[in-house]
Amino acid sequence: MKKTATALALGALFLAPALAQLDAAKSSVVAVSKQMGVPVDGKFKRFTAQVSFDPARPAEGKASVEIDIASFDLGAEDFNRETVKPEWFNAAKFPKATFVTSAIKPAGAGKFEAAGKLTIKGITRDVVAPVSFKVEAGQQVFEGVLPIKRLQFNIGEGEWKDTSTVADDVQIRFRIVTAKK
Amino acid sequence: MTLPTIGYGRTAIALHWLIALLIFCAFPLGVYMHELPFSPGRLKLYSYHKWIGVTVFLLAIARVAWRIGHPAPPPAGMPAWQRIASVATHHLLYVLILAVPVSGWLMSSAKGFQTVYLGMIPLPDLLAKDKELGDMLTTVHQILNFTMAALVITHVAAALKHYVVDRDEVLGRMIPLLDRKK
Repeated sequence: MKKTATALALGALFLAPALAQLDAAKSSVVAVSKQMGVPVDGKFKRFTAQVSFDPARPAEGKASVEIDIASFDLGAEDFNRETVKPEWFNAAKFPKATFVTSAIKPAGAGKFEAAGKLTIKGITRDVVAPVSFKVEAGQQVFEGVLPIKRLQFNIGEGEWKDTSTVADDVQIRFRIVTAKK
Repeated sequence: MTLPTIGYGRTAIALHWLIALLIFCAFPLGVYMHELPFSPGRLKLYSYHKWIGVTVFLLAIARVAWRIGHPAPPPAGMPAWQRIASVATHHLLYVLILAVPVSGWLMSSAKGFQTVYLGMIPLPDLLAKDKELGDMLTTVHQILNFTMAALVITHVAAALKHYVVDRDEVLGRMIPLLDRKK
């Protein structure tokens, strides 16, 4: 009896999809904000992700993404110097932003909804990210756009709360490509 | 026999002063804004500066088109060198009211910031983001602007000289209130 249980447990361990690491070169996380109506792309240059996903069994899938806030690059040095400051990301105090899934469910062919907890600047919110899934050359590709409100995460304090200059709506565009096993 | 007053039409006068007014806003704004610390105010001023620039460009196109159909009044009696200098200055100013906004737009593109006119109408980015090109175009934008400023000073000084020293009708053609023949 005990043997069977052990065998089952081992079997389950063996069958459970392993956590895939990230192919960083092919992956990207970009925050698109609007200032005075002008779309501005900011790229997070460093982040890690662990993904375990089988499209046939999405409910068992899980993913976590950890972003190095100080790697945010708006493409202009003077902007980059500002965004790490306390009014924006406060990178010294909150160096990481994370997204951890709590439930993944199918949403049509090749599409899923990943509900989870998004933490930025120490504030955690429940979000649902629409994700499209495909396999390219043996690598799993997850893509989507997650709309958030920057003020819900206290991003842009003081005079920057003014949404007529920098809009409240921010899109997080992600492309997560898992490394080949 | 009295010669008819040959002047600029109302459209030409309106376009001249409108463009002049906008340039007198955009130029000091441009000099001032890039010294400001990073703030919402700075971002707003940058956008206003760009919107004024786009407006100048559009008015300049209209002005050049109008000028092609409505030649400028012939120069008043003056020495040849003055006539040549006047024609050259005017032509250069026409070139600059088009080139200055274009250089600003390209500079903005190369720096990776799209120009969105009035916050609503996105202008295409003709250049891909390129830091070195952006810095180079910043210099171009500055040189064109300071050239324009020097020409505007020459232009104003010459107009005043015509009014005060020569006491002729040159300034009155662009400021009908000062027209000595009326």
